[in-house]
Amino acid sequence: MKISARRIDQATILDVTGNIDMSNSPEVRKALLQEIRAKRAPRVVLNLTSVQYIDSSGVASLIEGLKASRESGARFVLFGLNESAREVLKISRLLKLFEIYDDEAQAIAS
Amino acid sequence: MHKRSADSMTVKRPAGKRKPTKVSRTFLLKLELRSHPTFLCVVRGALEPLMESLGFSGEENRAIIRGVDEAVSNIMRHSYHGCPDKPIDVYCNRLERRANGRSEQGIEVLLYDCGPAVDTTKIQPRPLDEVRPGGLGLHIIRGSMDEVEYKRAGRMNRLRLVKYAGASEGGSARREEKPQ
Repeated sequence: MKISARRIDQATILDVTGNIDMSNSPEVRKALLQEIRAKRAPRVVLNLTSVQYIDSSGVASLIEGLKASRESGARFVLFGLNESAREVLKISRLLKLFEIYDDEAQAIAS
Repeated sequence: MHKRSADSMTVKRPAGKRKPTKVSRTFLLKLELRSHPTFLCVVRGALEPLMESLGFSGEENRAIIRGVDEAVSNIMRHSYHGCPDKPIDVYCNRLERRANGRSEQGIEVLLYDCGPAVDTTKIQPRPLDEVRPGGLGLHIIRGSMDEVEYKRAGRMNRLRLVKYAGASEGGSARREEKPQ
């Protein structure tokens, strides 16, 4: 899995490539918290277009990012979720908790 | 680690209302893993084409992979406490269930580990209305599979996961989500 950051206006976009599971979810958590807490980014957008699979530890990292964003007054937005990612959030009853958009343009314009 | 052969079992329904359901089992695949998290993608990669070949739909295929992946993760995390070189055996059997003149195809995945016995009274999924990280694995396993059964088998833990093709009862991501 790879994570890289880029900036468009006020939004920091984290592009994730690969699968997010127990072997690498701490890296996702670290990247999210670094942007939200350490860099105080006002809007963090997680690009999951190239993520095929997310397990419960990956979901836990997303929840940590969401909680951190609420604490710091930032916005945390997801886009590009495939069916697998949507299903795991749905089973965990978290789908409606996150701000989710279909593509980057919508996520940035939101 | 564990010797198995093709066999069959009969699941009896309560008090004579319906005929017993006959389930036949055919061995398909065995994976012997170490408990290192990098092997999770190996399990997922092995299951996906196998489930496709058995005729599961895309949604059912994803549910099986999700349920098994979470179960193997739980073994790594809770049974072996993150120790990366402990054995995990994964068996996949094709099931055929016959009842009332109908036949259903399914998959049975058996996971064996050598960790300490699990106190099932202490394993309870946390309430999902608590929004916090962690504790979702059991929910995901139960929400993805039709049958989930733990058993202590000698000195090993055995987790049995079953999914039937086209089964609508339980174990589906189609379940409606309650508003937060």
